[in-house]
Amino acid sequence: MGIRFILMVNKQGQTRLAQYYEWLTLEERRALEGEIVRKCLARNDQQCSFVEHRNYKIVYRRYASLFFMVGVDDDENELAILEFIHLLVETMDKHFGNVCELDIMFHLEKAHFMLEEMVMNGCIVETSKANILSPIQLMDKAH
Amino acid sequence: MSSSNSLMDSLFQRSLEDLIKGLRLGESNFISRSLEEIRREIKATDLSTKSVALQKLSYLAALHGVDMTWAAFHAVEVVSSSRFAHKRIGYHAIAQSFNDQTPVLLLITNQIRKDLNSSNEYEVSLALECLARIGSEDLARDLTSEVFTLLGSSKGLVRKKAIGVVLRVFDKYPDAVKVCFKRLVENLESSDPQLLSAVVGVFCELTRKDPRSYLPLAPEFYKILVDSRNNWVLIKVLKIFSKLAFIEPRLGKKVADPICEHMRKQNVGKSLLFECIRTVFSSLSDQETALKLAVVKIKEFLVDDDPNLKYLGLHALTIVAGKHLWAVLENKEAVVKAMSDEDPNVKLEALHLLMAMVNEDNVTEISRILMNYALKSDPLFCNEIIGSVLVACSRNSYEIIVDFDWYLSLLGEMARVPYCQRGKEIEYQLIDIGTRVKDARMELVRVSRALVIDPALLGNHFLHPILSAAAWASGEYVEFSKAPYEIAEALLQPRTCLLPPSITAIYIHSALKVLVFSLGVYFSAQDPTSSTLAQESTSSGSSVVNGFTYSSISSLVNMIESGLTSLSGTIDVEVQERAKSVLGFIGMIKHEMAEKATSQDTETEARKAIAFMEDVFSEELGPVSSTAQEKVPLPEGLELNENLEGLQEICREVLEPIAESNSSSFYSSDKVSFSVAKLRIRDQEEASSSLPPPLESSSLLAEHRKRHGLYYLSSQKADDHNDGDGNDNNTSNEYPPANEISVDSFKPKKKISKPRPVVVKLDEGDEPKTKPDASSSSNGEPLSRAIQTALMGKGKEKESEKDNHEIHLDTENTEQSSRRENKKKKKEKKKKNGESSKNRSRRQRDEEASVTKPVEVPDLLL
Repeated sequence: MGIRFILMVNKQGQTRLAQYYEWLTLEERRALEGEIVRKCLARNDQQCSFVEHRNYKIVYRRYASLFFMVGVDDDENELAILEFIHLLVETMDKHFGNVCELDIMFHLEKAHFMLEEMVMNGCIVETSKANILSPIQLMDKAH
Repeated sequence: MSSSNSLMDSLFQRSLEDLIKGLRLGESNFISRSLEEIRREIKATDLSTKSVALQKLSYLAALHGVDMTWAAFHAVEVVSSSRFAHKRIGYHAIAQSFNDQTPVLLLITNQIRKDLNSSNEYEVSLALECLARIGSEDLARDLTSEVFTLLGSSKGLVRKKAIGVVLRVFDKYPDAVKVCFKRLVENLESSDPQLLSAVVGVFCELTRKDPRSYLPLAPEFYKILVDSRNNWVLIKVLKIFSKLAFIEPRLGKKVADPICEHMRKQNVGKSLLFECIRTVFSSLSDQETALKLAVVKIKEFLVDDDPNLKYLGLHALTIVAGKHLWAVLENKEAVVKAMSDEDPNVKLEALHLLMAMVNEDNVTEISRILMNYALKSDPLFCNEIIGSVLVACSRNSYEIIVDFDWYLSLLGEMARVPYCQRGKEIEYQLIDIGTRVKDARMELVRVSRALVIDPALLGNHFLHPILSAAAWASGEYVEFSKAPYEIAEALLQPRTCLLPPSITAIYIHSALKVLVFSLGVYFSAQDPTSSTLAQESTSSGSSVVNGFTYSSISSLVNMIESGLTSLSGTIDVEVQERAKSVLGFIGMIKHEMAEKATSQDTETEARKAIAFMEDVFSEELGPVSSTAQEKVPLPEGLELNENLEGLQEICREVLEPIAESNSSSFYSSDKVSFSVAKLRIRDQEEASSSLPPPLESSSLLAEHRKRHGLYYLSSQKADDHNDGDGNDNNTSNEYPPANEISVDSFKPKKKISKPRPVVVKLDEGDEPKTKPDASSSSNGEPLSRAIQTALMGKGKEKESEKDNHEIHLDTENTEQSSRRENKKKKKEKKKKNGESSKNRSRRQRDEEASVTKPVEVPDLLL
């Protein structure tokens, strides 16, 4: 499975995007998100970006007011996931121009679209920014 | 009416943006009001209105935890729209809210099939994504052929997503392997880095679940490992190899070189470098050059300022610590420094490493430092420290502990660490050491006294298990105590009401032991003729014999009596019964003592009773081997299995081990101690009139047996054991027997292990451990079976491929052109689908060689 879920959470701990690659019920999702957010937000910049939680490893990174959290299997490469998060942010920057929380709130479906291009079934399938964005650009033109 | 309603809805419908704006205002019942709106709008016949409603609902479900299962059918309707924007919303909603149990799941099969066959690649990719998320067995089965077609699509976007979906399809419908596996493997040779990344990712996941099935693909993976320049792909391939090398050691030798090459590169990405190191540590640690290089590289991680690298460096070291401790020792400074890092995760990793380095010589020092550190740490880490020290010190029956007096006082110290929550472990070790290490009992009693006597500790429920162990030790080994009165008083102090009843019961029982011991000492001191007998029966070890006068002994008896009277009204039956029993005993003794004060004749009566009670407690409790049961001969006519089967069904977990170990050891050991007691009494009875042994005492004995039955060795076994210990003690007196016990445990017959039912369970638990191995060897899982047959079916082609791989790997300087030639050859052979005689004979040889192995090992490895 590799990547199990991707969360974007603001400083107040509100979830702004949640993408799961395995089935969890609503209650399980809420509980999981609550626990993870509490754990990660309590940590500071001098601490490492990896937290073990239940049977997941959470790799997270903070960009401005947004936390990007990726839940992975135990044997996933943590540094590669950090690179993946960075790529995601760069891609969003490229599309939105210095992405912020509001961009993701009001264009959630676009953010999902990018993720769908990048990750399939928990495996990373696309790492080129141009390729990731081309369907979205097509969609924008169609409107 | 309804049409005008829907018209109104579509005209004045809030868009998703309006909804989000509304949410930001934070009105209290905004969500429920919006939900009402959505429920109305989603019923509209107009798909635009419906889809916007569905979109809003998906948003609320994802971020505000609103249930959307009720809208499943509406999502199916939206998906059937011909407009891409609607389809997107529909598929997104389905992927988010459907699972295997969704009733309308099968309704979308045809829609997905239609979209998979669409000429619009974006529609195809929407359908593929949806299938990857919600694919059930039925969907996977029905859509396998479409996925197969798409695996060969000329459009990169479609093909890589088809590869991604395969994982789900194989997982749900293993028979799909027969159809799709070949195409999937062909993609391994793709030149498109994105396709390669996708397909390697899929194989990485497949290999993780069942490595053995993918061994035959090792040559393909090896080629990627050597040729690829993409870090992501390389990381995934390394993961595959770390799984494969684990089951096929010869692979390790082969892949060590390219891995070293990657590590030596100047500008290698940190993620790839780390993956190389981790692969070497976990699966290639036998490859000396690779291991040495990895250890050099891990140093860079450890000294880096980036907390991420530091953490990962430490984490990687823990992988290798078990097999190659030197790698950790070389980085000792970094590990110690990391202990004072401000990140708890880094500290935890460092702690694990530190405990891996503990040995006989430094255990005292390291434990002292750590305990000081624990006092200053936050509760969580404090308990991690205590836990690790406990685990490290008790490893292999306290292998590294030489000075048990020190260790016991350390355990006592741990109990006083304010945050300590490791009561259970400490309790276990206190009792364990008490039974195993004779020489440490004096110190154990001293430590226990300090714990039991402190009223403050009773308030902390985390410490109750420790107190229970301390109470038990002070009663069981009371002969080492300097002041039994003090102990008895502590055991019955008023604050014991804070204890749970099960532990109060232990307290009462320990008080009884103290009482019996004190009375024994008192009587033996009174009567010089029988003093030798009493001495003999109290303890074999050196005891601090206390003088008891009549007044001191009666004040002890009175104190215990008054302490127990308050407990005899407790609601808990166990506590009540014990208190009553002891009170009954005290009543009898008091009577005897009062009579004795007036006349000399009845003195023997009291002594007889006490001698009997002493007998009850005199037998030493030792650790019981988990195999002790086998040594007890089965008495004739005793049907053990039949009776226990019924019991097993009723309470499998709790009673089974106890019942089994008791049922027969009871029999034999009881017989022995009773007969000893009777003999002794009979000696005395010759002089005086015969009196049956007090009923209460025998019931107490039975009770004691029942409660501590696990600690009893069968008499034969105990003798054996003592003999062994005695001999060992003669040879080397400086070392406490615990170390020898661990030596003993190497002998197959005398396995000393923990005297608890839990351990008995552990023995049983070992069996299932081997089972997964057996199943992973191949034919357990339907998926692995399918893949193996797929690979075997491919076998004919593989045979010919193997030759080619052998050629171009063995002569690694072969040029590209010749490789191409090889490929051509391969294709020709595939077309012919026949085997050359050479191949056939090779195959026969292979088959002979690997009769036991279900999968042939490619020649690359040989």
